[in-house]
Amino acid sequence: MNESVKQKNAKLVRILVFVVLGMFGFGYALVPLYDVLCEVTGLNGKVEPSAVKEVSYVVDKNREITVEFMTALNEATPMVFRSEIKKIKVHPGEYYTVNFYAENKTDKVMVARAIPSISPGAVAEFFKKTECFCFSEQTFKAREGRTMPVRFVVNPEIPKEYKTITLAYTFFDNTETSVK
Amino acid sequence: MSAVVAEHDDHHDHGPAKGLLRWVITTNHKDIGTLYLLFALAMFFVGGSMAMVIRAELFEPGMQFVNPQFFNSMTTMHALVMVFGAVMPAFVGLANWMIPMMIGAPDMALPRMNNMSFWLLVAGVLLLASTLFMEGGAPASGWTLYPPLVLQTGKALPFAIFSVHLLGISSILSGINIIATIFNMRAPGMTLMKMPMFVWTWLITAFLLIAIMPVFAGAVTMLLTDKFFHTSFFDAAGGGDPVLYQHIFWFFGHPEVYVMILPTFGVASTIIPVFARKPLFGYSSMVYATAAIAFLSFIVWAHHMFTVGMPIAGELYFMYATMLIAIPTGVKVFNWTATMWKGSMTFETPMLFSIAFVVLFTMGGFTGLMMAVAPADFQYHDTYFIVAHFHYTLVPASVFILMAAGYFWLPKWTGHMYDERIGQLHFWLSVVSVNVLFFPQHFLGLAGMPRRIPDYAVQFADWNMISSIGGFVFGASQLLFLYIVIDTIKGGTGEKVTAEVWEDAAKHSLEWTLPSPPPYHTFTTPPTVIPTEHI
Ligand code: HEM
Ligand SMILES: [Cu+2]
Repeated sequence: MNESVKQKNAKLVRILVFVVLGMFGFGYALVPLYDVLCEVTGLNGKVEPSAVKEVSYVVDKNREITVEFMTALNEATPMVFRSEIKKIKVHPGEYYTVNFYAENKTDKVMVARAIPSISPGAVAEFFKKTECFCFSEQTFKAREGRTMPVRFVVNPEIPKEYKTITLAYTFFDNTETSVK
Repeated sequence: MSAVVAEHDDHHDHGPAKGLLRWVITTNHKDIGTLYLLFALAMFFVGGSMAMVIRAELFEPGMQFVNPQFFNSMTTMHALVMVFGAVMPAFVGLANWMIPMMIGAPDMALPRMNNMSFWLLVAGVLLLASTLFMEGGAPASGWTLYPPLVLQTGKALPFAIFSVHLLGISSILSGINIIATIFNMRAPGMTLMKMPMFVWTWLITAFLLIAIMPVFAGAVTMLLTDKFFHTSFFDAAGGGDPVLYQHIFWFFGHPEVYVMILPTFGVASTIIPVFARKPLFGYSSMVYATAAIAFLSFIVWAHHMFTVGMPIAGELYFMYATMLIAIPTGVKVFNWTATMWKGSMTFETPMLFSIAFVVLFTMGGFTGLMMAVAPADFQYHDTYFIVAHFHYTLVPASVFILMAAGYFWLPKWTGHMYDERIGQLHFWLSVVSVNVLFFPQHFLGLAGMPRRIPDYAVQFADWNMISSIGGFVFGASQLLFLYIVIDTIKGGTGEKVTAEVWEDAAKHSLEWTLPSPPPYHTFTTPPTVIPTEHI
């Protein structure tokens, strides 16, 4: 193989290695890209992870939407977790508070995190929470049980075809992973 | 060739090193091609045995032979071994053997790296195989390695992930080597648009490889850090999302299936014109169609995820984008058919396998189109229907074409002729049994039988039994191929083969201008006449 071909090969290899590294980075870049996309569009029923300011809307007394509440525990989470009511009929624009109850069934301190999900996914952007236990990790003392409120409003701009919204929470036991 | 480097001269003088060490240290493209091909053949039987376990368990409803965990390990390992151990290495082996000879180059551009890719592959596959013997068993999550399920793998998880890394690096090195060879090593006069289709399809495949393997490496690295360092990329408890994994995986996964099919197209476009005794119909449209398929393969990934809860706009986009692929694919099928049209066809074994490929691959394409229809896919997704779809695109397509390639080039590689009668027998047994094996799986899927389950409702019993019988016959028939390969290496029919082997083949491609078998070093001086019959 003559020298000029060797040089051409070396140059091409450098470029291609660069492409490879770039694509490895691209894989990781998909992570923030995905989060941004989901937050902007509310895809996947992902909701804003922090509280929104309470603003007042014009209440639409003519419309009624059913909001259902679901609670679940991740497989190995030793807790009791339920909502006080299973569903509620709401008027878009009006604020409501619903209580949830969670209890640590172990004799040790437990750090747990509730992850919300809204379906249908497309309504996530119209469902606003001003207060929620899901915004941060919750610490429970041994055997402690607690009632925790969620305050929310459905934005009156929500398209007409939506009549039912399901709000689901799953509690995860993060005691081991959370940095104390 | 005045400026030949000393190192190369050494090689030239010695020929192959003596003894077994030759195969360990070799940097010769023909030796490495042989290593890849034999390794792939061995893995084809290892992966095939796993498929036999699957079909034996599914022969009847109820639990027969293995426990559900092991059953799921079998589906997972079968897929990983076949994809990364058999089909991909087999095509890399063909690339090693054929590309330098087809473009008139003395060897691959980066011979030492070539040796390294092969041994990394062996290491990766051995590491993967070792997970079968680990506490908690081999991964049982399906080849897609979806979290959270895959994170429940026992001790094997990090080993499986490292093995994916090794396989990935091996493929990337091959990809780089192939691109460098094709760009820099072509004989004078071998312009890009005169290259044989096999070289073209591999060039495009190599670009796919270096673009997607790093993404897959990233995805499994995220799994690793999620498991051991609580990074929560895919863990909802820490703010991650398992659906994200699916997006990253399929960004890799969809082009990956084209890594297995584009070189298949290339070999088919090489064989069909020789036995139809006509130039390939629409050479340049074949090149553009291949490039178009490769490009489209990057923007359709979420057709594997229609049921995850995408918004309607996403469903529609991925549905139409996926359907677009049918257009360049249709161009190819049309061109192969048109190549045969009014050709003076003969039906030697390589041609039989190629014709079966055209017909049966098209079947797989049709079911692909059905599943591209987002609302319809809610019924097909994760059922045996999709199992039938991708097996039609992989077994009677990629695997058949690999068989065809074997029959087509074995006389060139070994200098001996294979036994045509046994070849024909192998073909007819394979083509009948492969349909008995996979066609009923369409019915099972439409009736609602889920994939990746060891037991099923009795209503599925009949078609499963038929499918299993087809599977056993297909598996056994492949032993004929093993026999033929060994027999041909040892001397075959004893008939003397010419340089050309097949009538007028030398008009199509350069390798047929070399003696059979070709000397250890070929085209140390570049060829002067470039064949153009294939264009
Ligand atoms: C006409 C072109 C094709 C179309 C429109 C198409 C479409 C699809 C769709 C929509 C799915 C997802 C089905 C589901 O999960 O519900 C799928 C799965 C699959 N396809 Fe294709 N396909 C095509 C060609 C191919 C080819 C050429 C190959 C391989 C050589 C292939 C291999 C696969 C594999 C392996 C899967 C399943 C992956 C898994 O879930 O394990 N397809 N295809
Ligand atoms: Cu796909």
